[in-house]
Amino acid sequence: MVNKTFTIIDETGIHARPATILVSAASKFNADIMLEYNGKSVNLKSIMGVMSLGIPKDAVIKVSAEGSDEKEALSLLEDTLKRGGLAE
Amino acid sequence: MMTEVVLTKDISGIAASSGIEIAKAFRLENPELIVEKNTVTNVDLEVKRFEQALESTKGEVEKIKEHTSQNLGGDNAEIFEAHLLVLNDPELINQIKDKIQIEHFNAEFALQEVVNMFVSMFEALDNEYMKERAADIRDVAKRILSHLLGVTIPNPSLISEEVIIIAEDLSPSDTAQLNRQFVKGFTTNIGGRTSHSAIMARSMEIPAVVGTKTVMADIENGDVVILDGLSGKVIVNPTEEVTKEYNMKKAAYEVQKTEWAKLINEQTVTKDGEHVELAANIGKPEDLNGVLENGGEGVGLYRTEFLYMGRTQLPTEEEQFAAFKTVLEDMEGKPVVIRTLDIGGDKELPYLELPKEMNPFLGFRAIRLCLEMQDMFRTQLRALLRASVYGNLKIMFPMIATLDEFWSAKALLEEEKQKLLSEGKQVAEKIELGIMVEIPSTAILADQFAKEVDFFSIGTNDLIQYTMAADRMNQRVSYLYQPYSPSILRLVKMVIDAAHAEGKWAGMCGEMAGDETAIPLLLGLGLDEFSMSATSILKARSQILRLSKKEMKNLAEEALQMKTTNEVIEAVKEIMK
Repeated sequence: MVNKTFTIIDETGIHARPATILVSAASKFNADIMLEYNGKSVNLKSIMGVMSLGIPKDAVIKVSAEGSDEKEALSLLEDTLKRGGLAE
Repeated sequence: MMTEVVLTKDISGIAASSGIEIAKAFRLENPELIVEKNTVTNVDLEVKRFEQALESTKGEVEKIKEHTSQNLGGDNAEIFEAHLLVLNDPELINQIKDKIQIEHFNAEFALQEVVNMFVSMFEALDNEYMKERAADIRDVAKRILSHLLGVTIPNPSLISEEVIIIAEDLSPSDTAQLNRQFVKGFTTNIGGRTSHSAIMARSMEIPAVVGTKTVMADIENGDVVILDGLSGKVIVNPTEEVTKEYNMKKAAYEVQKTEWAKLINEQTVTKDGEHVELAANIGKPEDLNGVLENGGEGVGLYRTEFLYMGRTQLPTEEEQFAAFKTVLEDMEGKPVVIRTLDIGGDKELPYLELPKEMNPFLGFRAIRLCLEMQDMFRTQLRALLRASVYGNLKIMFPMIATLDEFWSAKALLEEEKQKLLSEGKQVAEKIELGIMVEIPSTAILADQFAKEVDFFSIGTNDLIQYTMAADRMNQRVSYLYQPYSPSILRLVKMVIDAAHAEGKWAGMCGEMAGDETAIPLLLGLGLDEFSMSATSILKARSQILRLSKKEMKNLAEEALQMKTTNEVIEAVKEIMK
């Protein structure tokens, strides 16, 4: 299993649009991918799960992946988060 | 022989998108989807039935998405991308399947249970935006349910003659399916100017009247309907005479619209070369599109009350900061006048639990309340100060009656500024600080106020009610709402002259500023800034381009010496001929 921690820098947190992009990215992989925030963990392939966390600015989130393509998955998600100015 | 009596009915609602159309009514009614709770024995078959409904729904949403993207552009189709993700959501799907497999529920009931759980989870989030997403989930669920029940949701894209849609409300997917070739406009029972259906109508540029409460009860399929999105009127089965009148109005509006559209990037300059500023009144950052589309030269009044309304607790500094920053950035350096919280009077905030008053308009409201509830006020001032570096911010205090009130408010602002600076936060060096002039005492003492403030903005709705001592919510004294009364004009003149004597500017942000009878008078009195609803700006600009300030000055001087409102109205009519 691989994981990485990020801090959200987007003023509005993880809203519908970034959530849509993240979930679409995660759904491309076979690995199980989880998103953890504030003691709660949800499936990152679930748009409803991700949005229900209501992640605000300055939140610290953890993304973890487990499965055959876990490394590729984590690296694409990291790229998506950082390139979009969403997290660092 | 029986003659059927066709009754003409007049219905009023909220004008949500401008234009006038006359066409036959088409009722868009969603069939009632009744969910029964059953126990199933063959769970595999039930799961399969659910999967099939899911697949058909996906196909349908794909089609709507394509249709929307072609007709309305990719931005409007984005919402259906989100709907598709919901339809592919493993958490949602697995939980529904679990309910079928483990608890032996029928697919319809399992779907309803799981969806309700997610919806209440979203609605519980302390975030307006997320709460609205609950509506999207319901929309998707309704569609799956219709496939499970084998009920067809009416498909407005099949309409093949010109119609006006009549509906309880229109969901995003309803609106997306509207065929612009045939759908001339719509009217709904519920909704407001900022509801989804209203926003879509404006982006489709078709007229809409929303929040009528009664169109579904009053209009049948095939009735002839006049939809007036300019005044918010819906007329059912009009007489020939009325139809003729509206056909003329419609033609005139279309000619005007073409003329006005040419003025979007024009300066507002009178015939004799004097410039005035035409700004817009807004309530939410979303209103900015309208301001820019209508060539607004600034925001003359941002009513911050809306940040506080429709919720259960005060907005945070962060929420307010984000809203102010958005508005300032989007206006790209054009002036933005933000008014601090103006609550009380007819605008209540249930969660503040304020006692009922005998005369709320003369009571504990606006700046009076803010100076007392300082924590709440300071939070807003901090948000404003922090946002000030993102554009051309001007701060305005409402309901100022004495200079002491202004000084107290200014002192609090200064204190918060010093705190922010010592925290290492950035604040713009110079922020213009002004007041609303809506209380006669302030208008009368304007010469003294002008030495202390950077600008005035005259709030005519309140100034008129306080000057005439006539409650503007009371129909029986509504005849006293007289914006053109020489008494009001004299007060307005005092304020403008006082500002100019100190080298300051004077604006107006009440209804009167966008009124075609008032504009010549205000121009003549020397008003610098006119702030109105965004949709009135181009019309006002086209009027001002045709006026000479010198001539209007003479008109205003005559009006100030007149005895009655009617004399003033006649004088304006005469000169506008």
